[in-house]
Amino acid sequence: MQYAISILLSGVSLGGQYALIAIGYTMVYGILRLINFAHGDVFMVAGLMMVYLTASVPLAVSVPLVLVLTVLLGFIIERAAYKPLREAPRMSVMISAIGVSYLLQNLATYITGGLPQMYPEIPGISATVSIAGVPTKWVTVVTPVLVLALVLALTQLIHHTKVGMAMRAVAKDFETAQLMGIRINAVISTTFVIGSFLAAVGSVLYFTNYQSIVPLSGSLPGLRAFVAAVFGGIGSIPGAVVGAFIIGLSESVIKGSSWSIFSDAFTFALLIIILVVKPTGLFGEKVTDKV
Amino acid sequence: MKKTTTKSTWMLLLSVAALLALVVVLENVLDPNKNIMVFTALKKGAVYALVAVSMNLLNGFTGLFSLGQAGFMLLGAYTYAILTIPTAQRDAVYYLYNGSAVNFSLPELFGGGAFGLVLGVLLALVLGGCVAAAVAWLIGLPVLRLKSDYLAIATLGFGEIIRAVFQWDKLGPVTNGANALKNFPTFSNFNIQNAGGEVVLRLSTFVAFLLAGICVAVIVLLINSTYGRAFKAIRDDEVAAEAMGINLSKHKRLAFVISSFFAGVGGGMFAMFANQAQAKTFTTAMTYEILLIVVIGGIGSVSGSCLAAFLYVAASEWWLRFLDAETFIGGVKVPLLRNGFRMVVFSVVIMIVVLFFRRGIMGDRELPDLFRRRGKEGAAK
Repeated sequence: MQYAISILLSGVSLGGQYALIAIGYTMVYGILRLINFAHGDVFMVAGLMMVYLTASVPLAVSVPLVLVLTVLLGFIIERAAYKPLREAPRMSVMISAIGVSYLLQNLATYITGGLPQMYPEIPGISATVSIAGVPTKWVTVVTPVLVLALVLALTQLIHHTKVGMAMRAVAKDFETAQLMGIRINAVISTTFVIGSFLAAVGSVLYFTNYQSIVPLSGSLPGLRAFVAAVFGGIGSIPGAVVGAFIIGLSESVIKGSSWSIFSDAFTFALLIIILVVKPTGLFGEKVTDKV
Repeated sequence: MKKTTTKSTWMLLLSVAALLALVVVLENVLDPNKNIMVFTALKKGAVYALVAVSMNLLNGFTGLFSLGQAGFMLLGAYTYAILTIPTAQRDAVYYLYNGSAVNFSLPELFGGGAFGLVLGVLLALVLGGCVAAAVAWLIGLPVLRLKSDYLAIATLGFGEIIRAVFQWDKLGPVTNGANALKNFPTFSNFNIQNAGGEVVLRLSTFVAFLLAGICVAVIVLLINSTYGRAFKAIRDDEVAAEAMGINLSKHKRLAFVISSFFAGVGGGMFAMFANQAQAKTFTTAMTYEILLIVVIGGIGSVSGSCLAAFLYVAASEWWLRFLDAETFIGGVKVPLLRNGFRMVVFSVVIMIVVLFFRRGIMGDRELPDLFRRRGKEGAAK
């Protein structure tokens, strides 16, 4: 029983952390039709920045600073690597995303010297708490609550503000939105800013749980979050959150069994099944193919 | 018209033969022990050239964006290794699993010696390709229905699944679990030795070039055939291609299976190059590396992929090495130079190519095209 609860707890918190990354994927895909392969690495860089910043400034400064810097990173990546390719075929943009991911990973290897970095303890959420007799970190409890709060705020933003309306319009039809006088570049930048912000929050939560960071620690969580986004229906934010919780829970269940080596294989098998059976995902809208 | 085609074909064959001869000469004149970097770059370059061309067949000529290359290489590498480890070495390699479940070795089945080695290695490589092709056929059934980036992510996922399966403990007696397979014949086994064990004729790099060259030639022939034209039609416009009577699913599957076959052969050669086969080397990062080679060479250009493979490997393994070493000039330490800087510079260069030279080195032209145009200009003068 206790074992089941501990698996459930870790699954829920993992799911929440994936949800925060998955939203970044799903929003970018919804607007640019681009799998932002660099998103997982932005998440990893946010973790590394935290490591280096806490070494020199107090925590109260470093956490907001990490959020700001990550947002800036996301913004710069979009401006430097994706914007020049706006008119190019979609595959070029995707290759550019892979290039950015490669660059960030190599940069991280260079700066850390390839050694795993220890994530700092964050008072409050690193402390241990006992739920139904199972010891766990506070972060496990905080994550789902924080995720729900952020997602609610985000849906409010998307449905009730001007920027949100512009985003929905751009996601619906890129060219028409442009003709209607929506400043596409500003909207796309906002999307990347929101995505990176959520990834930074996600990285604080994730790395408080799994404390060591290596240059590759962004790529797999990133891919899993992407699978979650596809599972829930790409372009749909509630879908991404539900998908992320499902992926997080199933990963934690499989990691707890004797099949742990297949946890990623299962995630990808799930992806392929959903793509073949219902390509629009759980909550995705049916897109008519324009031929 | 016909005549010039045959003429240029002969020229091409002649230049390839000249290149192979040059490799043999180079290898026997230069001392490989003093020029390790050169020959590492050449061998790895040949292997990567083959894999990059196989990926180009799919991504550049058929327009199917697949990222499963590393997975198929893994299949080829493991098949090759499992089939060729000498029986006497099996217990040492599989020591964790009390010996191997496969207790024969192809080179020995063919009677050992030089003849057995050549035949066994060739057969093992081809079988490695066949295993990769068979798996590709199975994977293709569901996956090839997907389009562009969904296909990319699904094939990427399959690469990860294959890697997990090969690291699985229960398959240990066959795959040696997460441990490396080693002690199988490598490129250096093809060096001809005299009775005293001294190397009289070095052929290791030549063998890598020859194998890669044959495979690339087959791919080129395929691209220039009816099938190749159908592939290009699918790439340019699927709907139009279907309207012209091209069976989309059949041709897509064919391209996927053939590309995987050569990726499998390339994987076997990679194992020969690396002297070991281990599942954890065939990561997504490897697929990305190959994809970047294809992009640098020009999507849709076979000779571009080959050139880029050698450039890429030589730059990362050899020319840019100095960036990793801390250097002092006149007692002053050169800033930034430190372990890992090479890859940073390298990825910046790649980003520049991706952003500003999107067509790569060759675009979609081939090497002979360049000479042909120059010839015409010369004639005009």
